[in-house]
Amino acid sequence: MALDATSGNDRPGPAPGTPWANAQLALTLLAINPQGLGGLWLMARAGPMRERLLAQLAPFAPQRLHPAMPADSLAGGMDIAETLLAQAPRWRPGLLAKGGWAVLSSAERTSPATAAMIIDQARMAGAKGQPTALLALDESATEAEALPSPLAEALGLFADLDGLALADCPDAPMPQQKITAAQAMLSGVTLADGALSAIAQTCQILGIASPRAALFCMAAARAHAALQGRHVTNTADLEIAAALVLAHRATRQPETPPDQAATPPQDSAPPPPPPDSPQTDSAPPDSAPADMADDAPPPQPEPATAEMLIASAQAALPHDLLARLQAGRIARQMAKGAAGAGARQASRHRGRPLPPRSGKPGAGQRVDIFATLRQAAPWQKMRRAAVQGPHASQGPTSQRLLIWPADIQLKRFQARQERALFFLVDASGSAAVARLAEAKGAIELMLAQAYARRDHVALITFRGTQAELALPPTRALVQAKRSLAGLPGGGATPLAHALDMARACVAQARARGQTPALAVLTDGRGNIALDGSANRQAAQADTTRMAQALQAMRVPALVLDTSLRPRPDVQTLATALGAELVRLPRADAHGLSATLGAALGRDLA
Amino acid sequence: MTPFPFSAIVGQDEMKTAMILTAIDPRIGGVLVFGDRGTGKSTAVRALAALLPPIQAVQGCPVNSATAADCPDWFTPTGTATETRQTPVVDLPLGVSEDRVTGALDIERALTSGEKAFAPGLLARANRGYLYIDEVNLLEDHIVDLLLDVAQSGQNVVERDGLSIRHAARFVLVGSGNPEEGELRPQLLDRFGLSVEVRSPDDIETRVEVIRRRDAYENSHASFMAQWQPQDDALRAQIVAARQGLAAVKSTSIALYDCAAICLALGADGLRGELTLLRAARALAAFEGAAELTRAHIRAVAPMALRHRLRRDPLDEAGSTTRVTRQLAEVLP
Repeated sequence: MALDATSGNDRPGPAPGTPWANAQLALTLLAINPQGLGGLWLMARAGPMRERLLAQLAPFAPQRLHPAMPADSLAGGMDIAETLLAQAPRWRPGLLAKGGWAVLSSAERTSPATAAMIIDQARMAGAKGQPTALLALDESATEAEALPSPLAEALGLFADLDGLALADCPDAPMPQQKITAAQAMLSGVTLADGALSAIAQTCQILGIASPRAALFCMAAARAHAALQGRHVTNTADLEIAAALVLAHRATRQPETPPDQAATPPQDSAPPPPPPDSPQTDSAPPDSAPADMADDAPPPQPEPATAEMLIASAQAALPHDLLARLQAGRIARQMAKGAAGAGARQASRHRGRPLPPRSGKPGAGQRVDIFATLRQAAPWQKMRRAAVQGPHASQGPTSQRLLIWPADIQLKRFQARQERALFFLVDASGSAAVARLAEAKGAIELMLAQAYARRDHVALITFRGTQAELALPPTRALVQAKRSLAGLPGGGATPLAHALDMARACVAQARARGQTPALAVLTDGRGNIALDGSANRQAAQADTTRMAQALQAMRVPALVLDTSLRPRPDVQTLATALGAELVRLPRADAHGLSATLGAALGRDLA
Repeated sequence: MTPFPFSAIVGQDEMKTAMILTAIDPRIGGVLVFGDRGTGKSTAVRALAALLPPIQAVQGCPVNSATAADCPDWFTPTGTATETRQTPVVDLPLGVSEDRVTGALDIERALTSGEKAFAPGLLARANRGYLYIDEVNLLEDHIVDLLLDVAQSGQNVVERDGLSIRHAARFVLVGSGNPEEGELRPQLLDRFGLSVEVRSPDDIETRVEVIRRRDAYENSHASFMAQWQPQDDALRAQIVAARQGLAAVKSTSIALYDCAAICLALGADGLRGELTLLRAARALAAFEGAAELTRAHIRAVAPMALRHRLRRDPLDEAGSTTRVTRQLAEVLP
């Protein structure tokens, strides 16, 4: 009965319920409108709470998916064994061909390609009127793990079971009758006046770029209204939708607390129209569909406003979870240079097996015997007829398997490249000495992690008029610590030199087959030009040029602003580098290390 | 459900223009759409297919041949009668096998009667239409290579078990993807005719309009489609007229010189850039009903025709689009 307790429409405040009730409600809404909501991203490790939630799906016999699933079982294909037995083709449908519930376990380990394939399959089934409700179980243990972005985008709802006790999670079956009733009336549910613009503004203020989020939000609000037996959405529906759909997608927080946010925050460029007038969405009359909710006067006296939705979204998730999700996004962005060609490399000999492909053996390729036999099997009858044709009665040939060159399948593997992490540390006078100590501490922690992950770490320091490769790429912890301890501070900031050196190092690392990444700890105020002169203007021009050159090499990078007060210089640097900028207003070694770990330490396996 | 109306897509003008140009002159080559999620990339491709006029094809022909003479030799048409078909748009699912793309021996006939016969694949179905790959950067490299080869030669050749099959495969390749998941190799980039970058709208009115229209499409489908029918019809008529007018568009030697000059200034490799630029500009001129190709047409299509062909300059990565615009301002004022 947890569902009834939370979905009460008389709840005035923004608090949409406990995490457990939210998760149950999300599941119910998904059951009502799988086509519109796509799926549920459930943060939950294996445990009794998760089992209890999954048990609710048991009657629907959900499909089980896992990240290492081969393409042909996802997409379907010929069932060779059956085909040979039956002497007639037997096709196996894709796992999602019939839609329905599907549970993807260890979703954070899904590769973007597999994720895209799952979504593709679900879309095709949906187009045939067989919508899929996908439940992705995210078992991320560290900040460095995150759901692949195609999946994060395609799942409308989010719920988090972390930190719940079993006692907080009363067992309740899915309200099947209510769901059926809600499904029946779903298509007739309209949005209240002003709901659309309130959702759009909320997305804008929370920094949610994709319009899909807004569509999911509307779908969730409609499903919730239908669940409540209402034909027009009200404020409570929208608040719950914001909590379940928008909260986890927020990439920034409004600067003012929600209860004082009478005016929109200054950082959104065009000031949104005053959100409390329901007629703000005045689009060009010829382009707006005429039938939109005109005939249904809003029964709700007070329309939902962006502020209420934001408050609801903010209340839905603990702040540290948002920070973690944000870290995951940064991690994904950092991995971008590597995800395509770099870090994962097709290999002939070692690594994770990939599907075999046809080709000619030789040059160290290994033949996949089983796949080759499977490839050859269906054609035996045809070939035998061709080979024996004129003298078909010759006995022994008929027993022999006829394998032709086109059948040969080669083994393929995916090997992981080593990562080389370059720290560029500003040891100049402008970067206060205290910050330098913090940076050193963080690097030491990173070194320990890197050691565990077998990453290479290098250190480039810059002060005075030169940049110095204080530590060439190494996995030796002791050596790294020693060179850090002796790091002096003070002097001018030859930032351009450091970036130039990083460029050379990155090229070298690539030549060695490593995947380089940069972490720049600076205040961004380079003041020594490449020619060694203390000309500030020239220095900044050189810095930007070098940073752009690094960006052109597509090196994933992160800039950590070490200045006490944020300045535009460091933003310029981050933009030129194409890097994520992280401000550390009062970072200690552990905080710094955690941020870096999230951004750079994502496991690319 | 009928696809979203093409004219109802809010903004994203460059993407829409690029797609319309390939509909006018398929020889421009494919379109690559890279950008944020949820910007209507897939929607636009499906919408375009529904917008295009139907084609005439020989009855039963697996490769949509226009006349009986065009039919491949492994297919015997029952007569010369033709039928009307929608412009084919074939989705290439990720994880597709090479066999399904190119076609292969018909496994059913091989098993049951031991006969060699050809079972056409996705390339056959896409002939004279569109082949759409979502998340093209996640597709296996060997499949992308194969597709680009076929797209360029217009011929699909399958050699297997002593059978040699070929058939026409002329299609417009549309690839879309999100750069976050990895880039395409430069060799592949260059083989797409046009490339556009899409971004999520960042002003509130546009965003409201996007979701309003999508919402109306999903929830008051019939009236929404009816509302946009006239715009789509007008656009279709304009595309058909442009196709007919294309041959009549004059390109002066000044225009040819302009194309060469901008490609030279940008250091775009090979002649593919010039040719695509010229074709795209001519298609645009035809679309606008102009009698002659002007510098304005070239300027308008130069970014989409050239931005993916630039050599990466390690000291100047202001973004390829900026580089093209900058050179345009200098070379073709």
